[in-house]
Amino acid sequence: MSEASNAPQPDTKALVDIYRRMVRIERNDDAILSTIRKGRLQMPYYSARGQEVIPATVSHFLTDEDQICTIYRGIQDMVAKDMPLKPLWAEIAGRVDGTCKGKGGPMHLTHPETGVMVTTGIVGSSMPIANGLAWAAQLDGSKRVVIAYFGDGASNIGAFHEAMNLAGLWKLPVIFVCPNNRYAEHTSFEKGTAVDKISKRAVGYGMPGFTIDGNDPFEMYAHVATAIDRARAGEGPTLLECNTFRFMGHVLGDDMKYMPEGELAKAKENDPLPAFRQKLLDDGHATEAQLEEMTQQIEQEVAAAREFGMASEVPSADELRRDVFEQEMSA
Amino acid sequence: MSTTKMHAIQGVNAALHQAMAEDEKVLVLGEDIADPEGGGITGAAQGLSTKFGDRVRSTPISEQAIVGAAIGAAMAGYKPVAEIMLMNFTTVAMDMIFNHAAKLRFMSGGQTSVPIVIRTLTGAGWQTAGQHADHLEGWFAHAAGIKVVAPSSPADYKGLMLSCIQDPDPCIFIESAGTMFIPSEVDDDQGPIPLGKARIVQEGTDVTLVTWSSQCIRAQMALEGFAEAGVSVELIDLRTISPWDRETVLASAQKTGRVLIAHEAVRDFGPGAEIAATINEELFGKLKAPVRRLGAPKCPVPFAKALEDAYIVQPADMIAAVKGLMS
Repeated sequence: MSEASNAPQPDTKALVDIYRRMVRIERNDDAILSTIRKGRLQMPYYSARGQEVIPATVSHFLTDEDQICTIYRGIQDMVAKDMPLKPLWAEIAGRVDGTCKGKGGPMHLTHPETGVMVTTGIVGSSMPIANGLAWAAQLDGSKRVVIAYFGDGASNIGAFHEAMNLAGLWKLPVIFVCPNNRYAEHTSFEKGTAVDKISKRAVGYGMPGFTIDGNDPFEMYAHVATAIDRARAGEGPTLLECNTFRFMGHVLGDDMKYMPEGELAKAKENDPLPAFRQKLLDDGHATEAQLEEMTQQIEQEVAAAREFGMASEVPSADELRRDVFEQEMSA
Repeated sequence: MSTTKMHAIQGVNAALHQAMAEDEKVLVLGEDIADPEGGGITGAAQGLSTKFGDRVRSTPISEQAIVGAAIGAAMAGYKPVAEIMLMNFTTVAMDMIFNHAAKLRFMSGGQTSVPIVIRTLTGAGWQTAGQHADHLEGWFAHAAGIKVVAPSSPADYKGLMLSCIQDPDPCIFIESAGTMFIPSEVDDDQGPIPLGKARIVQEGTDVTLVTWSSQCIRAQMALEGFAEAGVSVELIDLRTISPWDRETVLASAQKTGRVLIAHEAVRDFGPGAEIAATINEELFGKLKAPVRRLGAPKCPVPFAKALEDAYIVQPADMIAAVKGLMS
């Protein structure tokens, strides 16, 4: 892990906070996986196991006022942003106490109170909408910022280019955060992208772009701090390409036969979670007991959320007429 | 009450000026929309950027980015009016419109909403051929969560635009070339006209003619022909395609027992099919003739004038169809 000398540096409090967010993501992910495997949840699941450092570090800098637009692999982004887990679990179970009353599901979780504005199932579509939220912040004269999360595959869709151009042109307070997990569905980054770094594309849209080790909390911290400062100061957007890997493939059940042999095993050797834990211990930022207690608290929160979600009622068919328009439709 | 004679686009312009003055949350964006660029393709936004400054922004030719920016700003409390220069260009932004603007209220369980207006110009008759003239109201009317408005008179352009801007849900506002060249008097204090309410242009007893947008103008050109044929036609301007005014249409259909629907959109799978099906479901047995539809053939809008004239349902076609319903 790098610790460049002149870049913004996380202190102990920041490091432990980032680690807490990572554990919250991973423990929640683990609970979702085990619940699906027990047959108690039926949902398409796009695990982001292995990518935890990215949203954990970004979210460290965000308040509830700050907003995110994310994608179907985005549960980690909202868990990192401290969205409450009970309505999250009720939503992925398709129940009335879900944050979207069971109408959106795991690919469309929304929770404006914590700034989770849009979760889209369409590749690339988080970005144009993030621009609009950022435009509103600009018009309001607010210091709030908007994060647009998207995958490496989304950098090849038109919406990315239109949105990046407009954001650069209007100097919008938005940060484009791309966890580059090396695969767009089953196609490798190299087979689908004409440049070796997505960050190079920032040049074409009048904004700074960086390729960073998305598994390194120190490098992430330095770049996110700078990008958010820049956005809050009205200086415009930044593109952050954060290299990482998804351990579970595209969707749960993916056999990952499209990957060269050994690639996954090698990536898992670089699992950021145990590495960062060891770093915190080695450098004296936390003790075993502190981290154990933190993990247990998170596990309790996840277990309570799961219980709450699974116990919530299923929605009635009347809901089909509600929320299509503001005014309920007649039967 | 004082009135001003104006064209349809002046009605839109008056509505935008009024809405922006009354509510500082109203924004306007689109290609060429600011005054230095001409106030939009038809000039409907003229004067707005000079008066309201940064709330009016010209954009790059990026329809997804335009609609996306409108959606995001709307979710954060603004009321953006986006101009998509031509209706065929909405196809470039269809993901933003159909998957996001229309659905986010439902998919978020009512936590977010997208009160945007998309103004868009279209209409055959100007030799712009197959990618600049389609009437796609049926596409949008098929989507849940979006309202579709297509006025024909200058007063309706103003009043319905005011309602679309105030509406809590996304609206597509179709400005058809065929409606733009007949000025008429508009009350200076013309306020919002409710969405979902048709206008009876002329009362009649023999045949109900349901139209909107440019075909309501062409139907008015046929009124004399209907009279000469001795047929009393009740002409309805539907004004809002979704949600449409079933009550007014069904009441008229029940009265006359004969219905002709004429729209500029392609006939097959067009909005007329939905209206005809509803009339059949509700009034079967009370009709004196099967419901008839007139629409464009299932073919792209052609360039050559002779082809274009044949493509568009003309007043003479309506007169012939009305006579056919009576025989």
